[in-house]
Order: sequence, then C-alpha cells, then structure tokens
Amino acid sequence: MSSPSSSSASSSSTDLTRMTAADLATRIHSGEVSSVEVAQAHLDRIGAVDGDVHAFLHVSGESALSQAAAVDAARANGDTLGPLAGVPLALKDVLVQKGVPTTAGSKILEGWLPPYDATVTTKLIEAGIVILGKTNMDEFAMGSSTENSAYGPTRNPWDLDRIPGGSGGGSAAALAAFEAPLAIGTDTGGSIRQPASVTGTVGAKPTYGGVSRYGVIALASSLDQVGPCARTVLDTALLHEVIAGHDPRDSTSIPQPVPQVVAAVRRGQNEDLSGVRIGVVKQLHSDAYQSGVLSSFDQAVEKFTALGAEIVEVDCPHFEAALAAYYLILPSECSSNLARFDAMRYGLRVGDTGGASAEEVMMATRGAGFGPEVKRRIILGAYALSAGYYDAYYGSAQKVRTLIRQDFEKAYLAADVLISPASPVTAFPIGEKVNDPMAMYLNDLATIPGSLAGIPAMSVPSGLAADTGLPVGLQIMGPALGEEQMYRVAAAFEAAYVAEHGGVVADSAPALATAEVTR
Amino acid sequence: MSFDLDTVGLMDYDQAIETFDPVMGLEVHVELGTATKMFCACPTDFGGEPNTHVCPVCLALPGAMPAVNRLAVEYAIKIGLALNCEIAEWCRFARKNYFYPDMPKNFQTSQYDEPIAFNGYLDVDVDGEIVRIEIERAHMEEDTGKSLHVGGATGRIHGAEYSLLDYNRAGVPLVEIVTKPIIGTKAAAPAVARAYVGALRDLLLSLGVSDVRMDQGSLRCDVNLSLTPAGNPVFGTRTETKNVNSLRSVERAARYEVTRQAAILAAGGTIKQETRHFEEQSGTTRAGRSKETAEDYRYFPEPDLVPIAPAREWVEELRATLPELPWIRRARLQADWGFTDPEMRDLLAAGGIDLVAETVAAGATPAEAKSWWSAYLGQKANAAGQSLTELPITPVQVAEVVALVNSGALNAKLARQVIDGVLAGEGDPAAVVAARGLAVVSDDSALQQAVDDALAAAPDVADRIRSGKVQAVGAVVGAVMKATRGQADAARVRELVFTTLGVDPEA
Repeated sequence: MSSPSSSSASSSSTDLTRMTAADLATRIHSGEVSSVEVAQAHLDRIGAVDGDVHAFLHVSGESALSQAAAVDAARANGDTLGPLAGVPLALKDVLVQKGVPTTAGSKILEGWLPPYDATVTTKLIEAGIVILGKTNMDEFAMGSSTENSAYGPTRNPWDLDRIPGGSGGGSAAALAAFEAPLAIGTDTGGSIRQPASVTGTVGAKPTYGGVSRYGVIALASSLDQVGPCARTVLDTALLHEVIAGHDPRDSTSIPQPVPQVVAAVRRGQNEDLSGVRIGVVKQLHSDAYQSGVLSSFDQAVEKFTALGAEIVEVDCPHFEAALAAYYLILPSECSSNLARFDAMRYGLRVGDTGGASAEEVMMATRGAGFGPEVKRRIILGAYALSAGYYDAYYGSAQKVRTLIRQDFEKAYLAADVLISPASPVTAFPIGEKVNDPMAMYLNDLATIPGSLAGIPAMSVPSGLAADTGLPVGLQIMGPALGEEQMYRVAAAFEAAYVAEHGGVVADSAPALATAEVTR
Repeated sequence: MSFDLDTVGLMDYDQAIETFDPVMGLEVHVELGTATKMFCACPTDFGGEPNTHVCPVCLALPGAMPAVNRLAVEYAIKIGLALNCEIAEWCRFARKNYFYPDMPKNFQTSQYDEPIAFNGYLDVDVDGEIVRIEIERAHMEEDTGKSLHVGGATGRIHGAEYSLLDYNRAGVPLVEIVTKPIIGTKAAAPAVARAYVGALRDLLLSLGVSDVRMDQGSLRCDVNLSLTPAGNPVFGTRTETKNVNSLRSVERAARYEVTRQAAILAAGGTIKQETRHFEEQSGTTRAGRSKETAEDYRYFPEPDLVPIAPAREWVEELRATLPELPWIRRARLQADWGFTDPEMRDLLAAGGIDLVAETVAAGATPAEAKSWWSAYLGQKANAAGQSLTELPITPVQVAEVVALVNSGALNAKLARQVIDGVLAGEGDPAAVVAARGLAVVSDDSALQQAVDDALAAAPDVADRIRSGKVQAVGAVVGAVMKATRGQADAARVRELVFTTLGVDPEA
C-alpha cells in the first residue's frame, strides 16, 4: 500500500505508546509496568511530537502523574481496579474538568477554570483513567477540520499538511500520533466519526442519550453526544462501557442499562457474520464521494460478504434533505446555547471601560470572542427561529428529521446494521476549504443522517485509499440502542483486516520521530 | 401630537365608564414554595447573601443542564386542578430568548404554546355577586435573578453607574396564571381585578403551594387593560401595568388606567402598547418599555429537557388531595355557624374566618368565638396596627377564656383582663388568672361577709329592698363588686342579698 507520508512503524514491543489500551491495562494490572511509567511515556511522546501535531490545548502533566500514582497505589494495596484503570486518555476540550482550563476551542472562554466536573469526567476519574490533557477542536465543535479552533489547527499525523478532521481533530490526532491510546470526543453531526475516518482511528457516537451530556459545553442539544475514541474497536468498546449510562443530571439521557459492547466485540472477533444482514444505503454511495473512498468501501462490502453477512441495499430517500435540515436545527439550537457567553459571569470581557452599558459590553465581548464560523451559525439560527420564519425553517427541518428517522426505521426492518463511507473524502490539505463553508459542511454528508435520527454510529478504518494513500473510514450504523450489534460487526470487520494486514490501520501511521520531522 | 397627561389630564372615572368598556387581562406570577429551584437543587429561600444560592445550573455555567423539579410540576398541576383547568397529557418547556444580565442563560426556560394547565375558571365573589373569571392557562417557568442599579437618580438601569447582580432568585419555580379577556364588568372592573387576585391568593394559600407574599414578590400581578367604546366588540390597544404589589394596588392601577386611557381616547389620541409601572405613592402608572415593536423571543422547544407527560393516575391522585376550596368552605362554615352575609364578610375582611373556626373547634360556640375575635380582639388588633392573626393569642386560648366565663369562674370584665394578660405575654389564660388573682370570688362565705358588710353600711337600702323595691338591690351588688375589686359573680351576689334579707324577687 503506497502512501505519500507513510513510513515504517517503529513499533518495538517495549514502546508503551504503541500499545492498545487493553494491553496497557493488562500490563498495569499485572504489575509489569506502572501506571506512572505509562503516563510518563505518553507525556514524553506529547512533548516530542505535539509541537507539530498540536492535538492538545492543555497538557495536565502533574495531575496525570498523580492520578497514575493513585492507581499504582491502589494496585499495591490490592484494590480491585477497573478494566481501564491506569490507562491514559485525551479529553476533548468541550468537556469540563474541575480546575483545568476548558475553552471549547474559543477565545471567549480563554482562562476559564470550571468549578465542576462533567459527568463523563467524573466517570473517567472514578474508573482510574488518567487524563493527560484537553484536546484541540473547532470552536464550540463547529467545523470538520479543526481549523476553526481559536488556538490554531491540529495537523493530521498521517500528513502534517492535512487536516485531522473535526470538530474532534485533536482527539483523533492524539490517537494517530500515539500521544494517547484513548480519547473522548463529541459528535453532533460527525465530529467523532469524520476525524476517526481521516486519521485511521476508531470513533463511536452512541445512541442519543446513551452518555450523559452534563458538563459538555452544548453546541446543539438535540444532536450532541459524547463518545469513545481509540485505535482499536475493543479499546473503543472498553471506554464506551466506562462512560455510558443514565444520569439524573441529564434528563435526555436514557434510563437503560449500559450496553454490553465489550462482550459484543469479543463475539465479533471470534465468530463470522453469518445470519447478519448488512444494509448499504443507496443515498450514501454516489459521485459526491472520492473514488478512493468508494473503492475502499466496496472492498469492505466484499469483506463482509466473505464473513458470511448478507448484503442488502436500502433506500433512504429523505437523506437527500438531511444536510439542509441539519443546518437549520443546529444553528437554531446553538444560537440559544451560546447566548450565555455574555461576559457577565465568566470568560472574556471586552469593552468594560466604565462608561459602557452591560449591553455594549456583551456585544463587544461576543464580537471579539467568537470566530467567524460561530457568528455565522448564530446569525443563521437566530434567523431561522425568528417570528414568521420559524415554521418555514425550524419547523420544516423538524419534519425532515422525522422523515429521516422513519427512513432508518424502515431500513432496519431489512438490515441489522447499515454501512456507508464515514467521510466523503480522505484528509484534505489545511486551508483548502476553510473559506468555503458549504464545501466544509459536505464533509458530514454521510454522518448527519444518523445524528438527526439519534442512532448509534461509528467509524472503523477500512484501509488506505488507493488514490491518496490516506486512511478511509467505514461507517457502521445500528438502530437506536443497537450498540451491541454495531460493535460486533465492527469487531468482525477489524479482525478480518488485521488477519490480512497484520495490524490495525493506525499501526501503519507515520512514526513522527521528531528528529525526522522537518517543519 | 402628544397625549401626555399634561395636555389631556385624566377623565373622571364615572364619565370614563359611561363612554368606554374596560377589557382586562390579568397575569399572576406565583413563586412556588418548593424547597429547591425549578431545574437544580439550590434552595429557594428568600433573602440570603447575594449569590449564595447558586450552582453551575442556575448560573448557566458552560455545560450545565437543567433537570425538572418534580414537586414544582406537582404544584403546577394542583393549581391547574383547583382552577378547573384541563391538565395537559403531554407538554414541553420552551426557550424564550432575550439578553438580560440577570438572566444567566440569556433565555428563560418557560412553557410557551404547551402549558401544563389550560381552559379553567375561577368564580370570584365581588361584593356579594359571583363573577366567573375564565382562565386561559397556567404554565411553569423559572424566575430571573435580580439587578441592583447603583448610582443615578432613578434606581433604573439607565443612568446607573454600575449594576450588581444577584442570582439567588434565578431559577426559582414560577407558575404564571393568565386569564382570558375579562369583559362586561364595566364600572366594577377594578373591584373585579382586586377580588380575583384576592381569591387566587386565598386559593394558592389553601393549596399550600406558595406563601403568596405580594410584598416579597412571591405573588406578582400584571394588569393588562384596554378600553373600547361602550358596546364595541373590538378590543382597543392595551397597556400592561407591572409592579402592582398589593390587592389595593391592583384595584388602583386598573382604575387609574381607565381614567388615563379614557382621557387620551376622548381627546382623539391613541393608546401606546407599552409596559407601565405602577407608582405606589401617587397611585399612578408611568410608561416603561415600549412594546410597539413586538419583541421576537425566538421561542423553540427546550431541547435539554424531555417532555412532561403527567400520568392520569397521578393527576387523579393530586385531585383527590385538593383541600376544600376557600369559598366553598366559607359557605359551609357560614351555614354551620348561622352568620349573616354582612357578619361573614366582616369576619373575612378582618382575616378572622380561620381563627373563629379554630376557636369553635376548641369548644366555643360560633357566636362566642366571633364576639371575641371581631369585637374586643379586633379593637386590640386595630390599636396595635396588626392583623388578627398577628395578635399573640391563639384560638385555643380564646376558647379557654370562653370556657372560664361559662363555668362562672370569670365574668366579662375579668375575661377581658385575662385576654389582656395573654396578649401581654403572661402565659395561658389559667396562668394569667392565677398570677393576677382574677378568679371570680365564688366562696359563698367570703361573699356573704361582703354582702353583710354592704347591707350594714346601707341600712336604708336594705329596708327598701325588704319593702319590695327589688331594683334597689343594684346598689348593694355594686358595693359588693367594688369591695371584691370586681371578682365576684354579680348574679350570685344578687341571690345572696335576697336570701340574706329573706326577699323573694319574683314575688
């Protein structure tokens, strides 16, 4: 397989940063390595490569080491450790962590220290997972390239001149650059899946409500969902079980037991897919997709057939309107969610000269603190919700949303999971689309329908594109609460890929040895 | 052309009513008496150091999410049921978007087109006549914080040097009760408005859902009023008067707006749709925010909350717990007690219904209870500038005094002294009787001595009684009462005088 930026992976078995989370956990639990050593190895790696990658906005070295030391002490004490205790993780900067700078990629929150933990943050800490720091993202998760971060773009470890996807480009790049084996992302229209796709990593968006949103800085409340990211399906599933579950602080979280996705992965790794019906969505396979992406997808379909799955084509006619509906619902909700950033209680304050009114300070602060994409969406949303336009825009978009949900329901009568490319293109050069919002929005063409329907969906690497040599992601979509079958299919696919290539896609990512990087 | 009061003045009220029909809409905000806020666990207590009853949710910190207070929903349903409303099977919160520093999220989470209760009514007694006020809706929302504007002349935001923000009240649960247009009340409109708010206050108090303190803002009324030429079915332009903080103010504000609007309309002017503020001191309203350009609140369903779908069983359970409605209870009590309408109305006005009921429950007859509360205690309350309920005496204590009188242990004069003692904080009636030595002298030998002394001191009077002038006994009784410092039972003294002199007063 040729790739312009590929280099032989320097994966010595003693390099802790090359290991999977599952492997690290086993070694930490057995005492073969300490959690502190693992954390230090990753902090060193961050120190070595993040100057180029810029996956992190904030590295919490001290607290990571002290968290790791606590896990080591607990192990020495004979305490029972959680399945991922002692393993490091990169946290997207849209989740609040008490006392740790949290900006959501925006200047308007520069310097703000949250006084509380997100529910997911609490679950991670309680599970003994070591939080290395906060990862870069498009401002308030608006974007598909991380170029909208107020703190500069993240670079794709596969090719540092290219974007790592977005909004969760920092989390995906941290995984692909071996700066962390686990990461947390959030997905509103594809912000977990598209970055996973273009970085050769795995990312899952759970069923809407599967993971608490409490403490997640809201973009679009009815679409936002927190999810796990890693380099393997098993690691993703292990993290999924840590963060999922009902939270009384988030009344939109589902009062359902945590899905048994780790067991589903084991099954997928050990069994073929006979009896499983896999639906190919007609509308998500067109000339809007790069040829290298389509050929990788077609090979994936062949692989599923070889695994014994039954392939069916499903028709979801309303997906054509998904992007339009999404770009009415999302701006509407975000125009309201972002109203709180007004300089009165926290964050940036501009223009408080003594003579200015509160309203003037609010306007000056929002003008200075928000980037152009954020302003664009606030204006779009305020317009779509305004009297006289509500029915035509927000109202119609909600109707489309219902129709898309019905398309899915119908499709799942014929198929157990649906598949499509996760992203229409492989990683594109930094700067290519940043001034063309419509071109940027099209990156989420394949992921948005699942977001509107609230179903679980994930991206699993399907290989490298024949035309660009860059990673391609396969999107697997389950029915609502169908995480188990989604993970089973993902694991079976990944196992087949590993059997053929000797490792997962991320293993062939460039080593990024700092001495060799000439930037 | 300007229609300031300077140019057109006010129209005489009676003349205004002859020319125009008032149409009113009353919006009452009730702060619910839940221990915690609408969407978080912060306390709702009034007062408290600024910004001490706050958390990530009610300060709208990034990432914080609301969770609905179930008790607030329960209270809202109870209010709806008591107002004869339908209770929604499914309803949502919406976001009302506008920027204001004391509103942390810069949107208010409020019900909009899907209220929890709708289509009800409240029958209100207006000077003996029942007026049915139709209820449009009762919906849930959250309160805002408070701004304190420092510097500048008016205490308003304009001209202030700086403003202080207190978010303690932000997120306190509110129910807003909105009437349908109240029409056809003509001259009685202000009285109807007052009676409605008063009845609503009684109702909310009896439901136990709010402390309904207008002075503390836990019950707030906005008076919408417009005038239409008499007999014209088309409504005129309305004003919305805020800051109406007492029942009396409700009536005054409505009355003032009638006379103000009538003057403008009669002079050929038009009414500006605007918010006005009631000025307690002068009894006038002054213009506030103009509403001529309708604000666009960009309402949409709150996506951070799931819909509320109160189970029918729950609604019926709550219906079963509703207390007897105040006016139904009053009608029942009036029948039980045999009071006349004016008696009942006076007692109600004085706030004495519950006190009399409790005094009767403690053993007094309704007449005895009413007599004490509306006469002697009423005077005491007036003198002290207090309401009856504020007097430091309980219905049980009043019933004890009544019992002492009935047993002959106290006479009326002594009883008043015992009441005085209780009011002065000297303890229960028995304690006052003991401490002040107020018991009626019922020891016959002691009384006999006093009678003998009195007869000996006035032999001429004794002779007159013996000769059949029984009414002369009064002088002897008076002397005995004086000698015993009022502690004798006058009737018993009278008997003893006749017995001593061997006279049968009936003969």
